[in-house]
Amino acid sequence: MSENITKEELQQDENLIYCKSKVLTDNEFHYCPGCGHGTVHRIIAEVVEEMGIQGQTIGVAPVGCSVLAYNYFDFDCQGAAHGRAPAVATAIKRLLPDRYVFTYQGDGDLAAIGTAETIHACNRGENIAIIFINNGIYGMTGGQMAPTTLEGMKTATSPYGRSIADTGSPLRITEMIAILPGTHYVTRQAVHSPAAVRKTKKAIRKAFENQDLKQGLSFIEIVSNCNSGWKMNPRQANDWMVEHMFPYYPLGDIKVDGQLVK
Amino acid sequence: MKELRLMKGNEAIAEGAIRAGADGYFGYPITPQSEIMEYLMAEKPKERTGMVVLQAESETASINMVYGGAGCGKRVMTSSSSPGISLMQEGLSYMAGAELPCLVVNVVRGGPGLGTIQPSQADYFQTVKGGGHGDYKLITLAPASVQEMYDFVSLGFELAFKYRNPCMILSDGVIGQMMEKVEIGDQEPRWSDAYIREHHPWSTLGKTPDRPHNIITSLELESSRQEKVNLKIQAKYRILETEEVRYEMIDCEDADYVFVAYGSSARICQKAMELGREKGIKIGLLRPITLYPFPVKVLHDLAGKTKGMLVVEMSAGQMIEDVKLAVECRVHVEHYGRFGGIIPSPSEVLHALENQIIGG
Repeated sequence: MSENITKEELQQDENLIYCKSKVLTDNEFHYCPGCGHGTVHRIIAEVVEEMGIQGQTIGVAPVGCSVLAYNYFDFDCQGAAHGRAPAVATAIKRLLPDRYVFTYQGDGDLAAIGTAETIHACNRGENIAIIFINNGIYGMTGGQMAPTTLEGMKTATSPYGRSIADTGSPLRITEMIAILPGTHYVTRQAVHSPAAVRKTKKAIRKAFENQDLKQGLSFIEIVSNCNSGWKMNPRQANDWMVEHMFPYYPLGDIKVDGQLVK
Repeated sequence: MKELRLMKGNEAIAEGAIRAGADGYFGYPITPQSEIMEYLMAEKPKERTGMVVLQAESETASINMVYGGAGCGKRVMTSSSSPGISLMQEGLSYMAGAELPCLVVNVVRGGPGLGTIQPSQADYFQTVKGGGHGDYKLITLAPASVQEMYDFVSLGFELAFKYRNPCMILSDGVIGQMMEKVEIGDQEPRWSDAYIREHHPWSTLGKTPDRPHNIITSLELESSRQEKVNLKIQAKYRILETEEVRYEMIDCEDADYVFVAYGSSARICQKAMELGREKGIKIGLLRPITLYPFPVKVLHDLAGKTKGMLVVEMSAGQMIEDVKLAVECRVHVEHYGRFGGIIPSPSEVLHALENQIIGG
């Protein structure tokens, strides 16, 4: 090999083993280093690109850290009011039944203020995908307690640790919606390791492909970290997530092809 | 020959929506407007035109479904009555901010709170002064007959899309529940996706290679850009205020006194006017049809030609503030209202004119 190989010579298609999805825009992510949002955005873009459905995909962004998700996806998007994404997506899908429609929501958006919209969209069996990022905290507003915050976890509004006596237990909303006949596929995944990323990508692809079946809603919870809100470095946050979040929010399929996994 | 039907105001809204070629209706039951969704469900609009009708889990969900549909450039609507409309204020603010067109029907009942199911006009402030957060306006049409309930559906959609802003039909329990003869128009076609892409290129129907991705949002974090968003929206309102004012004037040419009233109050005032003229009192009626934009100029001009105005509303006095602003103290203006679901009689309205304006 020549020692004087140029950048142009190196950047040939046959040498290319990885590149940014064409379905992501060139806008730089605003997410904190180590945050899972960027990884999940990339996976969604790759799935849309690989399925060749960029022109048929309509995304619905939430209010929360991923409020600007529409700036990164290079397909048509709507930004919903806080918690209302499943209602917004319901109408889009009903009016455009041949499009691929998904919502992207955090735990406060989906499991607190938007609980009614979440449950009823699932119960109606809307043929959409809901991608739910659960990091147990309100990141954008500065690290307040979320419905999924673990017991004893310190946040800006539970500075002495979440008290179950005062605020109830962390909400496993994914298990709740899995028992509704309207959901077709329910799974809980993560993006903290290459293996987890591969599994999440498979799950997201399945959620998009399920929309062709018209058998009901696909719901993917992704347990993620918030190193800024948890006041850890990214490595510590991932380790803490594995140690504390996964036992309470166990990974794996909960419902497949309309059947609860035993 | 035109098709004539005897219909309730609420039914006229529903039939008007199907005939206007609406794409979707999303709603939640509440008295006194439940016939709108009931009629739509019974008519199977999916079979008639392909129109989607869905009963949502709440008014909050309804208005956000409307947001999603409107973002796709579809002609979508909802209807409710006062408490439900209060729940929709968040969504309306977002739609105004995202410049989305839609039609919302409010068949007003008495408040505050759960109030009563009887008719009222006490949602005027909420409708024309904002309702939700931020600087925005709702284009507001006030029907005074069942025919206007029917006609204002297509007019409402037309204005909403022309200005990319929510439009509200501000009705009340009288107009919603009463039956009158309605002339039914022809079936208008629903818009094709190709038509929407051409005429409303901002819509999220799916990205095409010839344009960047479309984003529907009301968010702009950078202050100087958010101010520009606001200035653009305000510029639309200035155009609306010069070009879209609608009103009806009855017998104002020789009138010494003028009733100012909208909706069912205007109907009551018409009868009160007749009773007054039989007694030799020359009364006219100015009926604003658009409450926003408000007929400021015509009221201002009328103020110089009359001895007094009585603003009649089924509220504690809301539109009177806009009338007073319009006439700029050039004429004596008083308010007469009943509220809590009470509908004033024509003779009591005439009596109020005699006491508060003529004898006052």
